[in-house]
Amino acid sequence: MNGVTRSVEKKSLRDAYGATLLELGDSNKNIVVLDADLSSSTRTSKFAKKHADRFFNMGVAEQDMISTAAGFAAAGKIPFVSTFAIFATGRAWDQVRQSVCLSGMNVKIVASHGGITVGEDGPTHQALEDITLMRVLPNLTVIVPADAHETSAVIKKVAETDGPFYVRTSRDKFPVLFDEGQPFEIGKGTVMRDGSDVTIIACGVMVSKALTAAEILLADGISAVVINMPTIKPIDEDLILKMAETTGAIVTAEEHSVIGGLGGAVAEVVSEKRPCPVVKVGMKSGFGKSGKPEELLNAYNMNSAAIVEASLRAVSMKL
Amino acid sequence: MKLTNDVEELNKIARELRIDILTMLNKAVSGHSGGSLSAIDILTALYFGRMKHDPAMSVEEDRDKFVLSKGHGAPALYAVLAKCAYFERSQLNSLRKLNAMLSGHPFSPSTPGVEVSTGSLGQGLSMANGMALANKLDGKKGHVFCMMGDGENQEGQVWEAAMTSAHYGLDNVVAILDHNGLQIDGAVSDIMGVEPLDKKWAAFGWEVIEIDGHDMAAILDAIDRALAVKGKPALILAHTVKGKGVSFMENKAEYHGVPPSDDELKIALEELLPA
Ligand SMILES: Cc1ncc(C[n+]2csc(CCOP(=O)(O)OP(=O)(O)O)c2C)c(N)n1
Repeated sequence: MNGVTRSVEKKSLRDAYGATLLELGDSNKNIVVLDADLSSSTRTSKFAKKHADRFFNMGVAEQDMISTAAGFAAAGKIPFVSTFAIFATGRAWDQVRQSVCLSGMNVKIVASHGGITVGEDGPTHQALEDITLMRVLPNLTVIVPADAHETSAVIKKVAETDGPFYVRTSRDKFPVLFDEGQPFEIGKGTVMRDGSDVTIIACGVMVSKALTAAEILLADGISAVVINMPTIKPIDEDLILKMAETTGAIVTAEEHSVIGGLGGAVAEVVSEKRPCPVVKVGMKSGFGKSGKPEELLNAYNMNSAAIVEASLRAVSMKL
Repeated sequence: MKLTNDVEELNKIARELRIDILTMLNKAVSGHSGGSLSAIDILTALYFGRMKHDPAMSVEEDRDKFVLSKGHGAPALYAVLAKCAYFERSQLNSLRKLNAMLSGHPFSPSTPGVEVSTGSLGQGLSMANGMALANKLDGKKGHVFCMMGDGENQEGQVWEAAMTSAHYGLDNVVAILDHNGLQIDGAVSDIMGVEPLDKKWAAFGWEVIEIDGHDMAAILDAIDRALAVKGKPALILAHTVKGKGVSFMENKAEYHGVPPSDDELKIALEELLPA
């Protein structure tokens, strides 16, 4: 896909999740869904209406919800568990570790409201640490889809793949980047735009920002590769190393803390196997605050301009 | 598995299992004595007197399941599972050793008969609820038993789970509270009071059945009564003695996480072996 022909249509990732879950629920009777009093926001409410017998509202009790899901999995069910990203990963981290990951339980945690684009609800609700918290857990696969269509593909793949997953979606609508029905492969990044001077590796809403940044860079005579990296763990090492080799400079872009997320994962790979500069774009200022999603992305330098600047810096630091 | 109603027989098994617990803990040179000994009579009644289960899983459809939420009581569970032939008895000798089947706390991927991994207190009842909800969905008749400690009842998640069992009318869940009055740092009442447990569980929508958790006939009767409860979950509030059966361990918080030394094991075996 070439960034230039990108559409500006925006679609909701959580809507895509709700619709896909409903569809899967029709065909796979083993799927059960748990939510913690946020089903209208996470969009599990659609499944709840159609499959009331297989929907379990656990109330405002995220820790109980995660462990209950592990019990369902131990009994052979495929539980999808949803709430806001901050509560699924922060409030219930020990339950995700002990009840789910330790035994490799087939639990699918699909959390909405990841990142700063949560917006007006402010810092209590903006998950900027969730990827780090989940990435460190053994057995857990961590996925951040970039648009609504990729979300649908991810959910389908996750439902048919045994083992625990964390999938982060969003509150806000994101630009559509992919065709509907495009298949998804776990652990593979995709080259969205080719280039030669620097590689921008992005996930979530930052993929579209990276594509815009690449166009700006081209005007400056810098040719940037843009990679969509939805699977944060296991990360696509081969692709990262190949890009480190061919472009010699990497920028990462995520709607998340620069500590331990996508940027951390990429840096871990190159520092051990093929050192090159890695400049991270992401949250560098602690907690967020209230505001509109786009205002916040700009206020905290998670935008195309920041990616351009980071790319210039990465290029200037080439070994 | 062939079950028995014979209280004498069950008491004999429990005494043998106490010996197994102390012996494996001594060999491991670490692990939890007190809470294993307070729980073993109840576990014996469950596995040899009441639970529909079978190492060959021949009763998979409506089999009963057990969750040891107080995972540090693993030696008691391992002793029972070995006697039921879920695994070779010799495995007890390598408890807590590198690459052994028997981990310090129950770890389901490595140990046959262990349903879920526990050890981080407060999570077992939630997992039992998930298993019980799945049984209801599938029309399976099996019950899920879950044993907790009284100190464990200080965990907030226990009460979240208590609400869930009641809210969903899980009469296929039977919780057992090993109420030995002690935790690690001392008496539960001194550390962080949890009483009145009977009224609390009743107020959370549970049928509460209070017994002496070392009276085998009373335990069997309590399980029967719990299984007969309809429309809501049942809790067996079992008054127990931490370290039960070994004079110098009884009611001593100090033996929570301490195995018997060689000398202590000798004395303990003299007390437990029939004269
Ligand atoms: C979440 C968690 N916190 C702390 C511990 C450490 N710990 C192990 S046993 C225990 C005391 C448990 O007391 P109780 O539930 O009364 O157990 P029992 O006396 O029956 O052994 C503690 C604090 C733990 N295993 N899990």
